[in-house]
Amino acid sequence: MIFFSFIIIPFVLFVNTDKSNYSEKIPNSNFSIDMIYIPGGEFKMGNKKKNSDTEVSSFWMSKYEITWEIYNLFMEYEENNKLEFIVGNKKIKVDGISKPTTPYTDMTFGMGYEGFPAVNMTHNAASKFCKWLSLETGNYYRLPTEAEWEYASISEINEKNIDDYAWHKNNSGGKYQKVGQKEPNKWGVYDILGNVSEWVADSYEENIFKSRKLRSDPFIYNKNKYPKVYRGGSWNDDPDKLLSKKRFYSNSRLQERDPQIPKSKWWNTDAPHIGFRIVRVENTDSKSLRDMFWNN
Amino acid sequence: MKKESRRSFVRKTAAITSGVLATNVTFQSFANVNENKKLKLAVVGCGGRGSGAVVQALNADDNVELISMADAFRDRIDSSLKGIQDHFGDSKKIKVKEKNIFIGFDSYKKAIDLCDVVILTTPPGFRPLHFEYAVNNGKHVFMEKPVATDATGVRRVLESAKKAKENRLNVVVGLQRHYQNKYLNLYDKVSSDQIGKIVSGQVYWNDGGVWVNTRKPEQTELEYQMRNWYYFTWICGDHILEQHIHNIDVANWFIGEYPSHAQGMGGREVRNGMEHGQIFDHHFVEFHYPGGAVVSSQCRHQKGTESRVDEVFQGSKGSVVLGKGEIYNLENELTYKYPKSWSDDPNPYQVEHDKFFRSIRNGEVISDTENAAKSTLSAIMGRMATYTGKKITWDQIMNSKENLVPDNLTWNSNAPTLPDSAGYYDIPVPGKTKFI
Repeated sequence: MIFFSFIIIPFVLFVNTDKSNYSEKIPNSNFSIDMIYIPGGEFKMGNKKKNSDTEVSSFWMSKYEITWEIYNLFMEYEENNKLEFIVGNKKIKVDGISKPTTPYTDMTFGMGYEGFPAVNMTHNAASKFCKWLSLETGNYYRLPTEAEWEYASISEINEKNIDDYAWHKNNSGGKYQKVGQKEPNKWGVYDILGNVSEWVADSYEENIFKSRKLRSDPFIYNKNKYPKVYRGGSWNDDPDKLLSKKRFYSNSRLQERDPQIPKSKWWNTDAPHIGFRIVRVENTDSKSLRDMFWNN
Repeated sequence: MKKESRRSFVRKTAAITSGVLATNVTFQSFANVNENKKLKLAVVGCGGRGSGAVVQALNADDNVELISMADAFRDRIDSSLKGIQDHFGDSKKIKVKEKNIFIGFDSYKKAIDLCDVVILTTPPGFRPLHFEYAVNNGKHVFMEKPVATDATGVRRVLESAKKAKENRLNVVVGLQRHYQNKYLNLYDKVSSDQIGKIVSGQVYWNDGGVWVNTRKPEQTELEYQMRNWYYFTWICGDHILEQHIHNIDVANWFIGEYPSHAQGMGGREVRNGMEHGQIFDHHFVEFHYPGGAVVSSQCRHQKGTESRVDEVFQGSKGSVVLGKGEIYNLENELTYKYPKSWSDDPNPYQVEHDKFFRSIRNGEVISDTENAAKSTLSAIMGRMATYTGKKITWDQIMNSKENLVPDNLTWNSNAPTLPDSAGYYDIPVPGKTKFI
């Protein structure tokens, strides 16, 4: 098995951007995605035993988990020949894009559609959503890195007040809930813990905290389908699993009930607890880095 | 289940007596031979589902080998074999020689001749022909639902089912809810009178629909229909049959009867291009059961609409919602919830193969065919009710003369249905389409 991983310092290209929250209207639709500005900084990533000093650059993160209506725009878009967009004065070319196959069954598992988080998409599909959204809107979107996600999730939530902030096994009624009903965290981001777990861009590597040096915008990438990291815990997890520091990672069990071979590139059959949210960074990342994020 | 207890009885008896009676030594050694015999597996119909079923079969038994593959198209076999190999790495269980790969309409015969166990996973129109041949040649069969696309095919499958039973052949059909712990658990609750007698129900398969394979210039009409098979009634049976059979079958199972008549409505509202062939994009059918229960069945393939795949039944004492695994009393208070989450239950697609191979090894007989054929016929009854706009009874459909699938198709045959000059196909019109 080829296992190749590395940590990257992103190629920084500053673009004139307004460092505030905004709403990204998705063209040809009635939907928009609210984005929250999160100023970068240094933090201790990891738990008490294993951690490392880490810094992340500023980014915007979607206020809510991506909902079914918005994910459906990606599933239903009219394929066209648009293969580039412009950020600032930089032209970004895209090597073609495909959209998810129609799932052969109801992927909501009867838990709800309008206003509810999209789930059961593969990590690859969530990455491709970001690529599609970038092309549609002309802003560079991708999944958060594990570091960005953890930085954004650290907050005042604890075992005493968790019911104010998060849906978990003991208060969810055995299903995901509409996004944005609980209190937001200190950044103004909703449901980052609980409701559905969220894909992040990184491949899982157990020992990311070896180095004593400051890690700057780390991102672990390898080509393997598994294991990829997801974070935050879900409606199906006990509340003590809903921690900023808790790392979950994928394996083939997420597609166990896919009756077909090869298994779907786009759909998991056993992941009604995993969705995603998106980020936008001030720079657009280098082409090779973008390819890793989008074709993950 | 009955089979389980009988098997454990046989095993216990053998264990206790084998050391005592000489005759049992013979029995034991026979049993060991049976246990050790290499089982040769063939697959007929090498799409994604056929490939998936091969993987499950190879996982189900230590001594089974895939030795032969058949499909109408060579490229389907190549991609299937690659998918299976990719899944297993370099498994010794995959032994498909080039000479045992068969292509074309009659390829099924050669593959079945070589095997002990066959997986039948072509589109459903061909199932009666393939099943009959497999049974006539003494093979154990795993086959996907539905088992036919018309009543003529259903009768043929029912005839072969008798012969399979007489010859102690195992037949498992991919109505996998029968192999799913949640359904089995709730079936036990319902049969032990927790909701009383079922009087009504609602069953659903509503979602965005399935793939389309667009026409390629080099294809003949018949090849095009074979590639884009979902949209042609002769080969697919319409989605009320091809998918919604799962939910109609659960109604039959939980009520314990097959419907006496059906009436309903359907049509095609949004999925109506020439690439969508003949089938409807929605059906709504009332199934009436001999004991008085009425089940509303709805299936829809329309993108952007509310999705639901589920079964719900109301009884004289309460109700059951199978999707959520919940039972309610007449005051609509929750009285029972199936305790396990989806991730704690074994994969039913694997369980059906585990039980299939265990039954073969133990010399037992699983006979899923008759129920599968009658649930197939129930869905066809629903389809003919929406196509004609008339009430259709069980006796009518059981004796229907409709025969959609020609027996001796070759690549030179005309396709069973042909488009008009603009490329559109005949679509059923309620009130005009005749029941045959």
